[in-house]
Amino acid sequence: MRTSAQLIYFSSVSNNTHRFVEKLGLPEEATARLPLHTHSETLYATEPFVLMLPTYGADGGHGSVPKQVIKFLNVASNRALLRGVIGAGNTNFHDSYCIAGDIVAQKCKVPHLYRFELMGTQEDVSKVHKGLEEFWKQQSSLAAA
Amino acid sequence: MTTSVTNETPSTLLSHVEAINWNRLPDEKDGEVWNRLVNNFWLPEKVPVSNDVQSWATLTEEEKTLTMRVFTGLTLLDTIQGTVGAVALIPHSLTQHEEAVLTNIAFMESVHAKSYSQIFSTLCSTKDIDDAFRWSKENPNLQRKAQIVMDYYHGQDGMKKRVASTILESFLFYSGFYLPMHWSSRAKLTNTADIIRLIIRDEAVHGYYIGYKYQRALELETEERRQELKDYTFDLLFELYENEVQYTHDLYDGVGLSEDVKKFLHYNANKALMNLGYEAMFPSDVTNVNPAILSALSPNADENHDFFSGSGSSYVIGKAVETEDEDWDF
Repeated sequence: MRTSAQLIYFSSVSNNTHRFVEKLGLPEEATARLPLHTHSETLYATEPFVLMLPTYGADGGHGSVPKQVIKFLNVASNRALLRGVIGAGNTNFHDSYCIAGDIVAQKCKVPHLYRFELMGTQEDVSKVHKGLEEFWKQQSSLAAA
Repeated sequence: MTTSVTNETPSTLLSHVEAINWNRLPDEKDGEVWNRLVNNFWLPEKVPVSNDVQSWATLTEEEKTLTMRVFTGLTLLDTIQGTVGAVALIPHSLTQHEEAVLTNIAFMESVHAKSYSQIFSTLCSTKDIDDAFRWSKENPNLQRKAQIVMDYYHGQDGMKKRVASTILESFLFYSGFYLPMHWSSRAKLTNTADIIRLIIRDEAVHGYYIGYKYQRALELETEERRQELKDYTFDLLFELYENEVQYTHDLYDGVGLSEDVKKFLHYNANKALMNLGYEAMFPSDVTNVNPAILSALSPNADENHDFFSGSGSSYVIGKAVETEDEDWDF
């Protein structure tokens, strides 16, 4: 399926990341959730986007990027439109906190824009809301220059 | 699978068991969490605590006593969770696989409880160990926290057991976890801190999973009952929070750290609520954990790592590289 959403995210059945996205209160067409299962067809981005993904505390990062996200990023055109990453996680995982976000950011050479825990506090929500607005402004002025 | 509970018979055991089939997973989270827990498996014998002997000798008598009391308090919670808490949840499981995951959780809690004894036997004298265990039996606030949780574990309400269990895993441990993070931030007892970090990691998975199962079970409840359980959750958290504040003062007033510990309590109370699917309750001005403690917990948790939070304006955005499936398998 094609999507022009500016925020594409993965959330497992626990729905923590999904709840965070809901709290952002963005228009419906501005966000898109990756399919829950790898056997489903992945999304095809048509506009520049930010990816939000959780980390489930793998040791040393092994296998910490969700398979559904790998499938999505293995599409070259999706990678080409990726502009930044937002990570969700839990500081209890020491240096693996949000490591999936670090791995994607490093591999795709985009900034890790923000990290939050579980479903995020109200403060996280307002920081990401404001941060994304400014980020896209900055991006469009870069594109215009 | 799930059992029917009669009024006369306490739900201490499953009444009916079928052979578990891991090739049919009604809830994929069960398989995912099972694998995570198995991959995270560890034993305290692998951590060279004896390397902390010299560091232990640099602590004052008061600091040593504090550390031992904190660890006996943590031992008590792990004992409860291993022998009562996780086991008490089994008859309320939504799936057979949840029952199996809970047996893993119960076992790991017993590993945690044992690891404190390993730390003690490496660092302390038998007499000091006995004194610290005696203190844990006599401290009213520690005993009260154990009693509140135990009362729910002995009750009949599976939902309330899940709430109490999640709060224990995600909140009640942290007045204790603070101290090894404090020592670690001062380069003291760093091997001991490594053990505690392994425990902290496990508790995160336990709290996440039990909280997740609570939310799934909540979907089956009426609107009225959901409201009742939400009220109950906040009431219980408040009751335990007030007790934690007293317990914190009992332990930390002597070394002047109580206020710092309380911020850590607020921060973790919010996470306990989120694990149960509720919004964080404590505002950010009382959850601003000392950066040294946060950094001992997770070295990449500070704001400087985030592009949105300021320092990122100089971030250079490079060009993406080709990737293959294997590239992602770290």
